[in-house]
Amino acid sequence: MDMTKKVLVVFLSIVTLFLGNSAICQDAEIIPVVDETALQDSNLIEEIPLLPQPPGNIYVTDSPNDGGKSLTIKWEKSPDDGDGLNSVVEYEILRAEDMKGPFESIGSTTAGKHEFIDSTCNRKNTYYFKVVAKTPEKFKAESGISEGISPVAQWFDRTRLSMLIAVIIVVSSIGFFLFRAKKEELYIRKIAGLEAIDEAVGRATEMGRSILYIPGIMDMDDIQTIAGIAILGSIAKKTAQYETGLNVPVSRSVVMTACQEIVKESYTNVGHADAYYPEMVRYLTDDQFGFAAGVDGILLREKPAACFYLGKFYAESLILAETGFSIQAIQIAGTAESSQLPFFVTACDYTLIGEELFAASAYLSQDPKMLGSLKGQDIAKAIIIFFITFGIILESFGIHWLSNWL
Amino acid sequence: MKREIPIIITFVTGILMIIDFFVPHPPFGGLSSLFEIFFTIIFSFATILGILALSKINIEKIYRKRETYGYNIVLLVGLVTMIFCGLVWGIGEKSPFDFLYMNFMMPMQSTMFSLLAFFVASASYRAFRARTPEATLLLIAAFFVMLGRVPLGYQMTKWVPEVFPSWLHFLQLPIIANWIMDFPNTAGQRAIMIGAALGIASTSLRLVLGIESAHIGKE
Amino acid sequence: MSLIEKLKNIDRRIIFLIIGLSVIIPLIVPLNLPISVSPPVQATYDYVESIPEGSTILMAFDYDPGTMPELYPMSIAFMRHCFRKNHKIIAVSIWPFGAPLARDAFNQVGEGEYGKVYGIDFVNLGFVPGDVVAIKALARSFREISPKDVDNKPIESFPIMQGIDNFDNIDFVFELSAGFPGIPEWVMIVYGRHKKPMASGCTAVSYPQYSPYYQSGQLKGLLGGLKAAAEYEVLIGMPEKAVSGMDAQSIAHAVIVFFVIVGNVFYFIDSRKRKKI
Repeated sequence: MDMTKKVLVVFLSIVTLFLGNSAICQDAEIIPVVDETALQDSNLIEEIPLLPQPPGNIYVTDSPNDGGKSLTIKWEKSPDDGDGLNSVVEYEILRAEDMKGPFESIGSTTAGKHEFIDSTCNRKNTYYFKVVAKTPEKFKAESGISEGISPVAQWFDRTRLSMLIAVIIVVSSIGFFLFRAKKEELYIRKIAGLEAIDEAVGRATEMGRSILYIPGIMDMDDIQTIAGIAILGSIAKKTAQYETGLNVPVSRSVVMTACQEIVKESYTNVGHADAYYPEMVRYLTDDQFGFAAGVDGILLREKPAACFYLGKFYAESLILAETGFSIQAIQIAGTAESSQLPFFVTACDYTLIGEELFAASAYLSQDPKMLGSLKGQDIAKAIIIFFITFGIILESFGIHWLSNWL
Repeated sequence: MKREIPIIITFVTGILMIIDFFVPHPPFGGLSSLFEIFFTIIFSFATILGILALSKINIEKIYRKRETYGYNIVLLVGLVTMIFCGLVWGIGEKSPFDFLYMNFMMPMQSTMFSLLAFFVASASYRAFRARTPEATLLLIAAFFVMLGRVPLGYQMTKWVPEVFPSWLHFLQLPIIANWIMDFPNTAGQRAIMIGAALGIASTSLRLVLGIESAHIGKE
Repeated sequence: MSLIEKLKNIDRRIIFLIIGLSVIIPLIVPLNLPISVSPPVQATYDYVESIPEGSTILMAFDYDPGTMPELYPMSIAFMRHCFRKNHKIIAVSIWPFGAPLARDAFNQVGEGEYGKVYGIDFVNLGFVPGDVVAIKALARSFREISPKDVDNKPIESFPIMQGIDNFDNIDFVFELSAGFPGIPEWVMIVYGRHKKPMASGCTAVSYPQYSPYYQSGQLKGLLGGLKAAAEYEVLIGMPEKAVSGMDAQSIAHAVIVFFVIVGNVFYFIDSRKRKKI
């Protein structure tokens, strides 16, 4: 090959090399030649799926203050959650007991969130988690696998520390006076409603009519019911002594058996066991207004001279009290339900308000230990008042550590 | 031992439930859920006990043809019908049980509840008297709340912002009513709640320690 | 007997009749009184607006037919709001008669108005017995205490329950309460133990008792009585039964106020007479 041809070959090579590495070449796209008519008839160009970006930095910690059944999974949101492509709508959480799997779904949460609590763990197992970002078209992107972790059970729920301290204060206060009561006599102020019990029973005896007693409409697991039943024992002794009729309609079966036991015991203790019969205490219905209707019927038919409503009541309270008023019975009520107290105060002759109902058992029995517990209760209340006042002062000056701690 | 056993059971159960509240670690942490299952079962069976007692009393009254024994017949017929319908056809939608419930029970319950409106009116007329300064204050507050919490109160005082300067805009019945509900009422409610809670705590402690045992018949 | 004595001791049935008329007449001849929205109701509405679309809401139907006139309109208005925001609703009842009421509400609103699909957009777990015990058990695990829905189908089969195991997986709780178990019990468990946001609806007579929970922030909002239901209807722009009942309630309240005033007038006249004697 002569020199001219050699130079031409070299020149062409250089030009080819230059063009091959130039920006124009690199950025050039290979555009397929497509028949536009064909495009209209068929989808020759397919859409490339836009996968979401996966969530990042998944880390799992033991949920605090639990019995070792819960793990908290946290992650960084996918860049396409609320940003970027804004296509992520859901995160699915996968769990396995081996790093190699198999992973199974344990739940999901909506986009925008970056925490999930798995409450189905076992302390004896080690768990691995993955978080999957999903789009409405069900395209997915998985995070990495978390470190293996086992849940741990705690011996003390630290969120309840303030409650524990409060319990210790209240119990100590009540317990101190409970045992101190043996040594000194304690003064308890007069409670008008309880003083009027004798008057009410006496009135019924003179008129030759019965007494109606309702220990609330709730079950035995309610403290107000227990308080009401305790007072029933005292009243049953009086009705046994004076041979006055006693009628106790109840709304719960277990309360019925408890009341029957109490009344029978009371009648036996005063030597009138033969005057007791089980139908004194009768179950009507669990239904609130069915019970109210039943009691109203008893009130209007039997016209008791004295009515006692001592326990937990709800909306039926005014229905009972107004019907009792219409038959001109003397009425003594007591409840800790603050929404029903106005109705009882309006319609009844005497009302025991709130804790007076719980004090009734101690008041009537005059047992030193129980009176002591009342005093302890009052001291605990004084301590609470102090803390309320202290808290108000702190909050007023913008100091929130006490309210935050509580 | 008849009374001692319930007291021992109460003591042990009470202490365990208190420990369960503060200690999540097994075996304590799972105790409350176990007792809760016991309670659910007992609660369900107790219903049968009540039905049997109710049936016994009513059958006896019918047998002895006591006064108004017709109502006892109605009660038993209703009881048997509802149980039969529920057992045979279930309690799902459009079942006979559902029909009886929607067309008998619901109107009757609504009727009984509506009695409250009439009784409140008669009780108000009879008993709300301004006998003392405190009672007078209570009545005034009641007027503000009764009118302020219905649209009529808003209608009566909606002209206030147009007539008075801004610092007197509170003189609208709904605003005064909300203030009474939010402050004096809430304070009073909280005080009663705290007192009742202390009473419950004290009574519960007496029950757990066996000092309060009148409910099981012990003197 | 003087006129005053007669009026003082008027037969209660006349009072009942007047109250009855004061309720019936406004229902026949509406007054269309304007309704102002109170802060607790506004707070409930604002919170539901603020939570992300598609959130899961637990609705507890803890009432019975006796309190239906007050609480059912509330449940309908709240449900409409939720479905408009495409929130998912899981209904549960701790009261035995609450389950059929939940079903009626879903039939009217869910399927009827918004075309929502049972099992995907809402589910009714039915009555769960056990009172407070049931609430605690639900908080631990829905499947443990309520493995089947109100129609006895396993809840595992419903897409809405996928990933929903207990209260930790719920975004908001709305409880309609007519008594016990009710607001205090739910607040104790939902807010006290699980720190989940919740709001409640209750009867008007119970509102004073529960307002401390709203004041303290344990409840995000509190709807009390038919008035609150009417306010919520106004907020969602769909005035219905609650709004129409407000006229009757307004007149009834005014009549009771009138009775109290008249009763006190007679009392003072009587007192003066006795002082003179």
